[in-house]
Amino acid sequence: MVLRVDQIDVYYGTAHVLQNISFEVKQGETVALLGRNGMGKTTTLRSIMGLNPPTNGSIRFEGVEICKLAPNVIAKRGVSYIPDDLRIFPDLTCEENLEIAARASGRSGYWTKERIENLFPLLADRRKQKGSSFSGGEKKILSLGRSLMMNPTLILLDEPSEGLAPLIVRTLLETIKKIKGHGVTILLADQNLRFCNEVCDRGYILEKGTVVHGGSMTEIWDNDDVVRRYLVV
Amino acid sequence: MLQSLVHVCLAGISAGMFIWLVASGLTLVFGVLRVLNFAHGSFYMLGAYLCFAVLKAMGGNFWLGLLLGPLVVSMVGYVMERYLLRLVYHLELPYQLLLTFAMVLIFDDLVKMIWGAGSIGSPAVPGLSGSVSIAGREFPVYNLFIIAVGPLVALGLYGLLEKTWWGRIVRASASDREMALSIGVNVPLLYSGVFMFGAWLSAVGGALAVPYVGLLTTGMGEAIIISAFIVVVIGGLGSLKGAFLGSLIVGLLSSFGTRFMPMLDMFLTFGLMAAVLLWRPQGFFAEG
Repeated sequence: MVLRVDQIDVYYGTAHVLQNISFEVKQGETVALLGRNGMGKTTTLRSIMGLNPPTNGSIRFEGVEICKLAPNVIAKRGVSYIPDDLRIFPDLTCEENLEIAARASGRSGYWTKERIENLFPLLADRRKQKGSSFSGGEKKILSLGRSLMMNPTLILLDEPSEGLAPLIVRTLLETIKKIKGHGVTILLADQNLRFCNEVCDRGYILEKGTVVHGGSMTEIWDNDDVVRRYLVV
Repeated sequence: MLQSLVHVCLAGISAGMFIWLVASGLTLVFGVLRVLNFAHGSFYMLGAYLCFAVLKAMGGNFWLGLLLGPLVVSMVGYVMERYLLRLVYHLELPYQLLLTFAMVLIFDDLVKMIWGAGSIGSPAVPGLSGSVSIAGREFPVYNLFIIAVGPLVALGLYGLLEKTWWGRIVRASASDREMALSIGVNVPLLYSGVFMFGAWLSAVGGALAVPYVGLLTTGMGEAIIISAFIVVVIGGLGSLKGAFLGSLIVGLLSSFGTRFMPMLDMFLTFGLMAAVLLWRPQGFFAEG
Protein backbone atom coordinates (compact mmCIF):
# COMPACT_ATOMS: atom_id res chain seq x y z
CA MET A 1 0.00 0.00 0.00
CA VAL A 2 1.44 3.38 -1.02
CA LEU A 3 -1.06 5.61 0.75
CA ARG A 4 -3.63 4.98 3.45
CA VAL A 5 -5.75 7.91 4.61
CA ASP A 6 -7.67 6.95 7.70
CA GLN A 7 -10.48 9.00 9.24
CA ILE A 8 -8.92 12.43 8.82
CA ASP A 9 -10.57 15.70 9.82
CA VAL A 10 -9.38 19.05 8.49
CA TYR A 11 -10.56 22.48 9.63
CA TYR A 12 -10.17 25.95 8.10
CA GLY A 13 -10.68 28.02 11.22
CA THR A 14 -14.03 26.80 12.53
CA ALA A 15 -15.13 25.30 9.19
CA HIS A 16 -14.96 21.49 9.26
CA VAL A 17 -13.96 20.95 5.62
CA LEU A 18 -12.88 17.29 5.66
CA GLN A 19 -14.91 14.98 7.86
CA ASN A 20 -13.71 11.53 8.71
CA ILE A 21 -12.25 10.82 5.26
CA SER A 22 -10.71 7.41 4.56
CA PHE A 23 -9.34 5.86 1.37
CA GLU A 24 -6.27 4.08 0.07
CA VAL A 25 -4.04 3.98 -2.99
CA LYS A 26 -2.04 0.92 -4.03
CA GLN A 27 1.35 0.83 -5.75
CA GLY A 28 1.10 1.72 -9.46
CA GLU A 29 -2.57 2.72 -9.29
CA THR A 30 -4.07 5.92 -10.62
CA VAL A 31 -6.90 6.90 -8.32
CA ALA A 32 -9.36 9.76 -8.78
CA LEU A 33 -10.93 11.99 -6.16
CA LEU A 34 -14.13 13.09 -7.82
CA GLY A 35 -16.71 15.64 -6.80
CA ARG A 36 -18.09 19.05 -7.57
CA ASN A 37 -16.25 22.27 -6.72
CA GLY A 38 -15.76 22.93 -3.01
CA MET A 39 -16.32 19.34 -1.88
CA GLY A 40 -12.83 18.93 -0.38
CA LYS A 41 -10.75 17.39 -3.19
CA THR A 42 -7.98 20.00 -3.12
CA THR A 43 -7.95 20.09 0.70
CA THR A 44 -7.50 16.32 0.75
CA LEU A 45 -4.43 16.56 -1.50
CA ARG A 46 -3.06 19.49 0.53
CA SER A 47 -3.51 17.62 3.79
CA ILE A 48 -1.61 14.60 2.42
CA MET A 49 1.18 16.97 1.36
CA GLY A 50 1.27 18.46 4.86
CA LEU A 51 0.10 21.90 3.74
CA ASN A 52 -3.17 21.61 5.68
CA PRO A 53 -2.41 18.92 8.24
CA PRO A 54 -5.41 17.06 9.66
CA THR A 55 -6.39 17.60 13.29
CA ASN A 56 -7.47 13.95 13.70
CA GLY A 57 -6.83 10.71 11.89
CA SER A 58 -3.86 9.14 10.20
CA ILE A 59 -2.09 9.40 6.85
CA ARG A 60 0.37 6.61 6.19
CA PHE A 61 2.71 6.77 3.19
CA GLU A 62 4.55 3.52 2.42
CA GLY A 63 3.61 2.38 5.91
CA VAL A 64 5.01 5.46 7.69
CA GLU A 65 2.83 7.99 9.49
CA ILE A 66 3.29 11.38 7.74
CA CYS A 67 0.48 13.30 9.42
CA LYS A 68 2.79 15.41 11.59
CA LEU A 69 5.64 15.81 9.09
CA ALA A 70 6.52 19.10 7.40
CA PRO A 71 5.76 19.33 3.64
CA ASN A 72 9.46 19.40 2.73
CA VAL A 73 10.04 16.16 4.65
CA ILE A 74 7.03 14.54 2.96
CA ALA A 75 8.43 15.65 -0.43
CA LYS A 76 11.81 14.11 0.38
CA ARG A 77 10.03 10.84 1.22
CA GLY A 78 8.64 10.70 -2.32
CA VAL A 79 5.35 12.59 -2.49
CA SER A 80 5.05 15.25 -5.17
CA TYR A 81 2.23 17.77 -5.32
CA ILE A 82 1.08 19.56 -8.47
CA PRO A 83 -1.47 22.22 -7.48
CA ASP A 84 -4.28 23.29 -9.81
CA ASP A 85 -2.67 26.70 -10.35
CA LEU A 86 0.65 24.94 -11.18
CA ARG A 87 2.89 27.42 -9.36
CA ILE A 88 5.89 27.35 -11.68
CA PHE A 89 8.70 29.48 -10.25
CA PRO A 90 8.37 32.46 -12.59
CA ASP A 91 11.84 33.89 -12.05
CA LEU A 92 13.64 30.62 -12.81
CA THR A 93 14.25 29.24 -16.29
CA CYS A 94 12.55 26.05 -17.46
CA GLU A 95 15.78 24.14 -16.85
CA GLU A 96 16.20 25.64 -13.36
CA ASN A 97 12.58 24.80 -12.52
CA LEU A 98 13.37 21.16 -13.33
CA GLU A 99 16.76 20.97 -11.64
CA ILE A 100 15.71 22.73 -8.45
CA ALA A 101 13.10 20.02 -7.81
CA ALA A 102 15.71 17.26 -8.07
CA ARG A 103 18.15 19.17 -5.86
CA ALA A 104 15.66 20.24 -3.20
CA SER A 105 14.05 16.82 -2.91
CA GLY A 106 17.42 15.08 -2.93
CA ARG A 107 15.87 12.20 -4.88
CA SER A 108 17.24 10.49 -7.96
CA GLY A 109 16.20 7.54 -10.06
CA TYR A 110 14.75 6.75 -13.48
CA TRP A 111 13.60 10.29 -14.22
CA THR A 112 16.50 12.44 -15.35
CA LYS A 113 16.37 15.78 -17.13
CA GLU A 114 17.23 14.06 -20.41
CA ARG A 115 14.41 11.51 -20.07
CA ILE A 116 11.92 14.22 -19.11
CA GLU A 117 13.00 16.37 -22.08
CA ASN A 118 12.54 13.32 -24.33
CA LEU A 119 9.05 12.84 -22.92
CA PHE A 120 8.25 16.55 -23.26
CA PRO A 121 10.30 17.98 -26.17
CA LEU A 122 8.82 21.39 -25.44
CA LEU A 123 10.92 21.58 -22.28
CA ALA A 124 14.12 21.02 -24.28
CA ASP A 125 13.11 23.67 -26.82
CA ARG A 126 12.44 26.26 -24.11
CA ARG A 127 15.20 25.25 -21.72
CA LYS A 128 16.55 28.75 -21.13
CA GLN A 129 13.25 30.61 -21.01
CA LYS A 130 11.80 31.89 -17.76
CA GLY A 131 8.81 30.14 -16.23
CA SER A 132 6.84 33.38 -16.44
CA SER A 133 6.92 33.20 -20.27
CA PHE A 134 5.09 29.83 -20.40
CA SER A 135 1.41 29.59 -21.39
CA GLY A 136 -1.13 27.73 -19.24
CA GLY A 137 -0.77 24.44 -21.14
CA GLU A 138 3.02 24.74 -21.21
CA LYS A 139 3.08 25.39 -17.46
CA LYS A 140 1.10 22.19 -16.99
CA ILE A 141 3.76 20.24 -18.90
CA LEU A 142 6.57 21.96 -16.98
CA SER A 143 4.87 21.27 -13.64
CA LEU A 144 4.59 17.58 -14.58
CA GLY A 145 8.25 17.55 -15.59
CA ARG A 146 9.25 19.29 -12.35
CA SER A 147 7.29 16.73 -10.40
CA LEU A 148 8.95 13.81 -12.21
CA MET A 149 12.39 15.29 -11.52
CA MET A 150 11.69 14.46 -7.85
CA ASN A 151 11.40 10.77 -8.84
CA PRO A 152 8.27 10.53 -6.71
CA THR A 153 6.58 7.37 -5.55
CA LEU A 154 3.26 9.22 -5.43
CA ILE A 155 2.09 12.22 -7.45
CA LEU A 156 -0.79 14.31 -6.11
CA LEU A 157 -2.29 15.97 -9.16
CA ASP A 158 -4.92 18.65 -8.63
CA GLU A 159 -7.44 19.42 -11.41
CA PRO A 160 -5.15 18.43 -14.30
CA SER A 161 -7.78 18.95 -17.02
CA GLU A 162 -9.13 22.25 -15.71
CA GLY A 163 -9.05 25.15 -18.16
CA LEU A 164 -7.34 23.25 -20.97
CA ALA A 165 -8.41 23.06 -24.62
CA PRO A 166 -9.66 19.58 -25.67
CA LEU A 167 -6.57 18.93 -27.78
CA ILE A 168 -4.26 19.69 -24.85
CA VAL A 169 -6.44 17.54 -22.55
CA ARG A 170 -5.90 14.66 -24.98
CA THR A 171 -2.12 15.22 -24.92
CA LEU A 172 -2.21 15.38 -21.13
CA LEU A 173 -4.12 12.11 -20.95
CA GLU A 174 -1.51 10.39 -23.09
CA THR A 175 1.23 11.88 -20.94
CA ILE A 176 -0.33 10.68 -17.69
CA LYS A 177 -0.72 7.22 -19.22
CA LYS A 178 3.00 7.22 -20.12
CA ILE A 179 3.96 8.28 -16.59
CA LYS A 180 1.65 5.62 -15.19
CA GLY A 181 3.37 3.12 -17.49
CA HIS A 182 6.58 3.74 -15.57
CA GLY A 183 4.96 2.55 -12.35
CA VAL A 184 4.37 5.96 -10.76
CA THR A 185 1.36 6.01 -8.44
CA ILE A 186 -0.99 8.94 -9.03
CA LEU A 187 -3.79 10.39 -6.91
CA LEU A 188 -5.63 12.99 -8.93
CA ALA A 189 -8.48 15.30 -8.05
CA ASP A 190 -10.74 16.31 -10.88
CA GLN A 191 -14.41 16.88 -11.58
CA ASN A 192 -14.11 15.76 -15.19
CA LEU A 193 -15.52 12.21 -15.05
CA ARG A 194 -14.67 11.46 -18.67
CA PHE A 195 -11.04 12.43 -18.13
CA CYS A 196 -10.79 10.35 -14.94
CA ASN A 197 -12.48 7.38 -16.58
CA GLU A 198 -9.82 7.31 -19.30
CA VAL A 199 -6.82 7.38 -17.02
CA CYS A 200 -7.84 6.15 -13.54
CA ASP A 201 -8.27 2.65 -12.14
CA ARG A 202 -10.44 3.56 -9.19
CA GLY A 203 -12.21 6.58 -7.79
CA TYR A 204 -13.66 8.06 -4.64
CA ILE A 205 -16.45 10.60 -4.70
CA LEU A 206 -16.37 13.46 -2.22
CA GLU A 207 -19.48 15.35 -1.14
CA LYS A 208 -19.34 18.11 1.47
CA GLY A 209 -16.04 16.92 2.86
CA THR A 210 -16.87 13.23 3.19
CA VAL A 211 -16.28 10.19 0.98
CA VAL A 212 -19.74 9.11 -0.18
CA HIS A 213 -18.79 6.48 -2.73
CA GLY A 214 -15.78 4.47 -3.82
CA GLY A 215 -15.25 1.93 -6.58
CA SER A 216 -13.62 1.10 -9.88
CA MET A 217 -13.90 3.80 -12.53
CA THR A 218 -15.98 1.47 -14.70
CA GLU A 219 -18.43 0.95 -11.83
CA ILE A 220 -18.67 4.72 -11.16
CA TRP A 221 -19.02 5.51 -14.88
CA ASP A 222 -21.88 3.03 -15.22
CA ASN A 223 -23.64 4.12 -12.01
CA ASP A 224 -26.11 6.72 -13.30
CA ASP A 225 -27.58 7.31 -9.89
CA VAL A 226 -24.21 8.18 -8.29
CA VAL A 227 -23.15 10.29 -11.28
CA ARG A 228 -26.43 12.24 -11.25
CA ARG A 229 -26.45 12.73 -7.49
CA TYR A 230 -22.81 13.71 -6.89
CA LEU A 231 -21.10 14.64 -10.14
CA VAL A 232 -23.48 16.26 -12.59
CA VAL A 233 -23.36 20.03 -12.25
CA MET B 1 33.86 74.51 -8.63
CA LEU B 2 34.72 71.31 -10.54
CA GLN B 3 37.09 70.34 -7.76
CA SER B 4 34.29 70.74 -5.24
CA LEU B 5 31.79 68.81 -7.40
CA VAL B 6 34.17 65.84 -7.72
CA HIS B 7 34.68 65.71 -3.96
CA VAL B 8 31.00 66.11 -3.17
CA CYS B 9 30.26 63.24 -5.58
CA LEU B 10 32.90 61.01 -4.02
CA ALA B 11 31.67 61.78 -0.50
CA GLY B 12 28.09 61.09 -1.61
CA ILE B 13 29.02 57.78 -3.21
CA SER B 14 30.92 56.62 -0.12
CA ALA B 15 28.00 57.60 2.16
CA GLY B 16 25.64 55.82 -0.26
CA MET B 17 27.72 52.63 -0.04
CA PHE B 18 27.16 52.43 3.73
CA ILE B 19 23.43 52.85 3.18
CA TRP B 20 23.64 50.17 0.47
CA LEU B 21 25.20 47.65 2.84
CA VAL B 22 22.28 48.11 5.23
CA ALA B 23 19.59 48.46 2.54
CA SER B 24 20.78 45.32 0.71
CA GLY B 25 20.19 43.15 3.78
CA LEU B 26 16.90 44.88 4.52
CA THR B 27 15.77 44.31 0.92
CA LEU B 28 16.91 40.70 0.84
CA VAL B 29 15.10 39.90 4.09
CA PHE B 30 11.93 41.62 2.93
CA GLY B 31 12.10 40.00 -0.52
CA VAL B 32 12.33 36.49 0.92
CA LEU B 33 10.73 36.59 4.38
CA ARG B 34 8.28 39.46 3.70
CA VAL B 35 9.31 41.01 7.01
CA LEU B 36 10.11 44.72 7.23
CA ASN B 37 12.75 44.64 9.93
CA PHE B 38 13.06 47.90 11.85
CA ALA B 39 15.86 46.37 13.90
CA HIS B 40 18.03 45.97 10.81
CA GLY B 41 19.78 49.24 11.69
CA SER B 42 20.55 47.79 15.12
CA PHE B 43 22.62 45.09 13.40
CA TYR B 44 24.62 47.93 11.81
CA MET B 45 25.14 49.45 15.27
CA LEU B 46 26.01 46.08 16.84
CA GLY B 47 28.44 45.38 13.99
CA ALA B 48 30.20 48.68 14.71
CA TYR B 49 30.37 48.19 18.49
CA LEU B 50 31.45 44.55 18.27
CA CYS B 51 34.12 45.38 15.71
CA PHE B 52 35.29 48.14 18.05
CA ALA B 53 35.32 45.69 20.99
CA VAL B 54 37.42 43.14 19.07
CA LEU B 55 39.66 45.94 17.86
CA LYS B 56 40.28 47.05 21.45
CA ALA B 57 40.76 43.52 22.76
CA MET B 58 43.10 42.42 19.95
CA GLY B 59 45.41 45.38 20.03
CA GLY B 60 43.96 47.41 17.18
CA ASN B 61 43.42 44.67 14.60
CA PHE B 62 40.59 46.19 12.58
CA TRP B 63 40.40 43.34 10.07
CA LEU B 64 39.84 40.80 12.80
CA GLY B 65 37.06 43.03 14.13
CA LEU B 66 35.55 43.22 10.66
CA LEU B 67 35.61 39.42 10.51
CA LEU B 68 34.38 38.56 14.01
CA GLY B 69 31.92 41.40 14.75
CA PRO B 70 29.53 40.62 11.87
CA LEU B 71 29.78 36.88 12.61
CA VAL B 72 28.53 37.46 16.15
CA VAL B 73 25.78 39.74 14.82
CA SER B 74 24.63 37.07 12.37
CA MET B 75 24.23 34.71 15.36
CA VAL B 76 22.17 37.40 17.12
CA GLY B 77 20.13 37.57 13.91
CA TYR B 78 19.59 33.80 14.05
CA VAL B 79 18.24 33.97 17.60
CA MET B 80 15.95 36.87 16.69
CA GLU B 81 14.56 35.11 13.60
CA ARG B 82 14.25 31.68 15.16
CA TYR B 83 12.68 32.65 18.48
CA LEU B 84 10.87 35.93 17.79
CA LEU B 85 10.11 36.64 14.15
CA ARG B 86 8.75 33.15 13.49
CA LEU B 87 6.02 33.96 15.97
CA VAL B 88 4.79 36.89 13.86
CA TYR B 89 5.23 35.72 10.23
CA HIS B 90 1.54 34.91 10.00
CA LEU B 91 0.50 38.22 11.57
CA GLU B 92 -0.06 41.49 9.78
CA LEU B 93 2.74 43.97 9.06
CA PRO B 94 2.00 46.33 12.02
CA TYR B 95 2.70 43.49 14.48
CA GLN B 96 6.03 42.76 12.78
CA LEU B 97 6.95 46.44 12.87
CA LEU B 98 6.01 46.70 16.56
CA LEU B 99 8.11 43.66 17.45
CA THR B 100 11.14 44.77 15.44
CA PHE B 101 10.83 48.33 16.81
CA ALA B 102 10.83 46.87 20.33
CA MET B 103 14.04 45.06 19.37
CA VAL B 104 15.59 48.42 18.36
CA LEU B 105 15.00 49.72 21.89
CA ILE B 106 16.28 46.53 23.48
CA PHE B 107 19.47 46.52 21.37
CA ASP B 108 20.05 50.23 22.13
CA ASP B 109 19.77 49.57 25.87
CA LEU B 110 22.01 46.51 25.64
CA VAL B 111 24.70 48.60 23.95
CA LYS B 112 24.32 51.29 26.66
CA MET B 113 24.65 48.64 29.39
CA ILE B 114 27.81 47.15 27.85
CA TRP B 115 29.63 50.14 26.37
CA GLY B 116 27.96 53.05 28.17
CA ALA B 117 25.65 55.78 26.93
CA GLY B 118 28.33 58.13 25.67
CA SER B 119 29.97 58.22 22.29
CA ILE B 120 33.09 56.20 21.61
CA GLY B 121 35.89 57.52 19.48
CA SER B 122 36.92 55.16 16.71
CA PRO B 123 40.49 54.60 15.55
CA ALA B 124 41.93 54.86 12.06
CA VAL B 125 42.71 51.76 10.01
CA PRO B 126 46.40 51.12 9.44
CA GLY B 127 47.11 51.17 5.71
CA LEU B 128 43.89 52.96 4.85
CA SER B 129 44.27 56.00 7.05
CA GLY B 130 45.93 58.47 4.72
CA SER B 131 44.57 60.53 1.90
CA VAL B 132 45.26 60.92 -1.80
CA SER B 133 45.07 63.94 -4.02
CA ILE B 134 42.05 63.93 -6.33
CA ALA B 135 41.32 66.93 -8.54
CA GLY B 136 43.82 68.94 -6.53
CA ARG B 137 42.35 68.18 -3.12
CA GLU B 138 42.96 65.52 -0.56
CA PHE B 139 40.43 62.70 -0.28
CA PRO B 140 40.57 59.95 2.42
CA VAL B 141 41.89 56.60 1.19
CA TYR B 142 39.41 54.82 3.46
CA ASN B 143 36.47 56.48 1.65
CA LEU B 144 37.85 55.24 -1.66
CA PHE B 145 38.09 51.78 -0.13
CA ILE B 146 34.38 52.00 0.84
CA ILE B 147 33.50 53.15 -2.70
CA ALA B 148 35.17 49.96 -3.98
CA VAL B 149 33.53 47.69 -1.39
CA GLY B 150 29.93 48.67 -2.27
CA PRO B 151 29.97 47.51 -5.92
CA LEU B 152 31.94 44.41 -4.92
CA VAL B 153 29.19 43.48 -2.47
CA ALA B 154 26.59 44.17 -5.19
CA LEU B 155 28.46 41.89 -7.62
CA GLY B 156 28.83 39.24 -4.93
CA LEU B 157 25.13 39.35 -4.16
CA TYR B 158 24.27 39.15 -7.86
CA GLY B 159 26.53 36.13 -8.26
CA LEU B 160 25.16 34.47 -5.14
CA LEU B 161 21.50 34.92 -6.10
CA GLU B 162 21.75 34.35 -9.85
CA LYS B 163 24.58 31.88 -10.26
CA THR B 164 24.42 29.53 -7.28
CA TRP B 165 21.88 26.88 -6.31
CA TRP B 166 21.41 28.50 -2.94
CA GLY B 167 20.46 31.71 -4.75
CA ARG B 168 18.03 29.90 -7.04
CA ILE B 169 16.40 28.23 -4.05
CA VAL B 170 16.19 31.62 -2.31
CA ARG B 171 14.53 33.15 -5.40
CA ALA B 172 12.14 30.22 -5.73
CA SER B 173 11.17 30.44 -2.06
CA ALA B 174 10.74 34.21 -2.34
CA SER B 175 8.28 33.80 -5.20
CA ASP B 176 6.32 30.84 -3.77
CA ARG B 177 7.05 29.66 -0.23
CA GLU B 178 4.47 26.86 -0.29
CA MET B 179 5.63 25.38 -3.59
CA ALA B 180 9.24 25.53 -2.40
CA LEU B 181 8.21 23.51 0.66
CA SER B 182 6.39 21.06 -1.61
CA ILE B 183 9.50 20.27 -3.65
CA GLY B 184 11.53 19.64 -0.49
CA VAL B 185 13.07 23.00 0.42
CA ASN B 186 13.49 23.40 4.18
CA VAL B 187 11.99 26.90 4.09
CA PRO B 188 12.25 27.67 7.83
CA LEU B 189 15.98 26.87 7.73
CA LEU B 190 16.38 28.91 4.55
CA TYR B 191 14.62 31.85 6.23
CA SER B 192 17.05 31.65 9.14
CA GLY B 193 19.97 31.59 6.71
CA VAL B 194 18.71 34.58 4.74
CA PHE B 195 18.02 36.56 7.92
CA MET B 196 21.49 35.76 9.28
CA PHE B 197 23.03 36.80 5.97
CA GLY B 198 21.04 40.06 5.97
CA ALA B 199 22.15 40.77 9.56
CA TRP B 200 25.75 39.97 8.57
CA LEU B 201 25.62 42.42 5.64
CA SER B 202 24.31 45.18 7.88
CA ALA B 203 26.94 44.41 10.52
CA VAL B 204 29.69 44.51 7.89
CA GLY B 205 28.42 48.02 7.07
CA GLY B 206 28.59 48.90 10.76
CA ALA B 207 32.07 47.45 11.20
CA LEU B 208 33.29 49.32 8.12
CA ALA B 209 31.76 52.48 9.58
CA VAL B 210 33.98 52.28 12.67
CA PRO B 211 36.89 54.23 11.13
CA TYR B 212 34.55 56.32 8.93
CA VAL B 213 32.05 57.87 11.32
CA GLY B 214 34.58 58.92 13.94
CA LEU B 215 32.18 58.39 16.85
CA LEU B 216 30.07 55.36 17.72
CA THR B 217 26.71 56.20 19.27
CA THR B 218 23.64 54.14 20.16
CA GLY B 219 21.57 56.21 17.72
CA MET B 220 23.68 55.25 14.68
CA GLY B 221 21.39 52.30 13.91
CA GLU B 222 18.26 54.46 13.78
CA ALA B 223 19.96 57.08 11.59
CA ILE B 224 21.05 54.52 8.99
CA ILE B 225 17.78 52.54 9.00
CA ILE B 226 15.81 55.70 8.13
CA SER B 227 18.09 56.23 5.14
CA ALA B 228 17.76 52.54 4.24
CA PHE B 229 13.97 52.76 4.36
CA ILE B 230 14.06 55.82 2.08
CA VAL B 231 16.27 53.84 -0.30
CA VAL B 232 13.88 50.91 -0.23
CA VAL B 233 10.93 53.20 -0.99
CA ILE B 234 12.77 54.78 -3.91
CA GLY B 235 14.17 51.54 -5.31
CA GLY B 236 11.17 49.36 -4.63
CA LEU B 237 10.63 46.81 -1.86
CA GLY B 238 12.45 43.58 -2.60
CA SER B 239 14.63 44.93 -5.42
CA LEU B 240 18.39 44.74 -4.86
CA LYS B 241 19.04 46.70 -8.05
CA GLY B 242 16.68 49.38 -6.76
CA ALA B 243 18.40 49.37 -3.37
CA PHE B 244 21.82 49.89 -4.96
CA LEU B 245 20.72 52.75 -7.20
CA GLY B 246 18.55 54.22 -4.43
CA SER B 247 21.53 54.20 -2.06
CA LEU B 248 23.65 56.07 -4.59
CA ILE B 249 20.87 58.63 -5.14
CA VAL B 250 20.29 59.17 -1.40
CA GLY B 251 24.04 59.36 -0.68
CA LEU B 252 24.61 61.89 -3.48
CA LEU B 253 21.53 63.98 -2.61
CA SER B 254 22.60 64.14 1.01
CA SER B 255 26.14 65.08 0.07
CA PHE B 256 25.04 67.78 -2.40
CA GLY B 257 22.48 69.07 0.10
CA THR B 258 25.06 69.35 2.87
CA ARG B 259 27.54 71.14 0.60
CA PHE B 260 25.36 73.45 -1.48
CA MET B 261 21.99 73.72 0.33
CA PRO B 262 22.61 72.98 4.01
CA MET B 263 19.19 74.42 4.94
CA LEU B 264 17.48 71.90 2.64
CA ASP B 265 19.80 68.99 3.34
CA MET B 266 17.17 66.63 4.75
CA PHE B 267 14.36 68.06 2.65
CA LEU B 268 15.99 66.90 -0.58
CA THR B 269 16.03 63.24 0.47
CA PHE B 270 12.63 63.18 2.14
CA GLY B 271 11.17 65.29 -0.70
CA LEU B 272 12.39 62.72 -3.22
CA MET B 273 10.86 59.92 -1.16
CA ALA B 274 7.53 61.78 -0.98
CA ALA B 275 7.62 62.39 -4.74
CA VAL B 276 8.29 58.70 -5.43
CA LEU B 277 5.48 57.68 -3.07
CA LEU B 278 3.05 59.97 -4.91
CA TRP B 279 4.22 59.27 -8.45
CA ARG B 280 5.33 55.62 -8.31
CA PRO B 281 4.46 54.16 -4.88
CA GLN B 282 5.87 50.73 -5.75
CA GLY B 283 9.33 52.30 -6.32
CA PHE B 284 11.40 52.22 -9.48
CA PHE B 285 12.40 48.57 -9.50
CA ALA B 286 9.69 46.84 -7.44
CA GLU B 287 9.45 43.11 -8.03
CA GLY B 288 6.41 40.92 -7.85
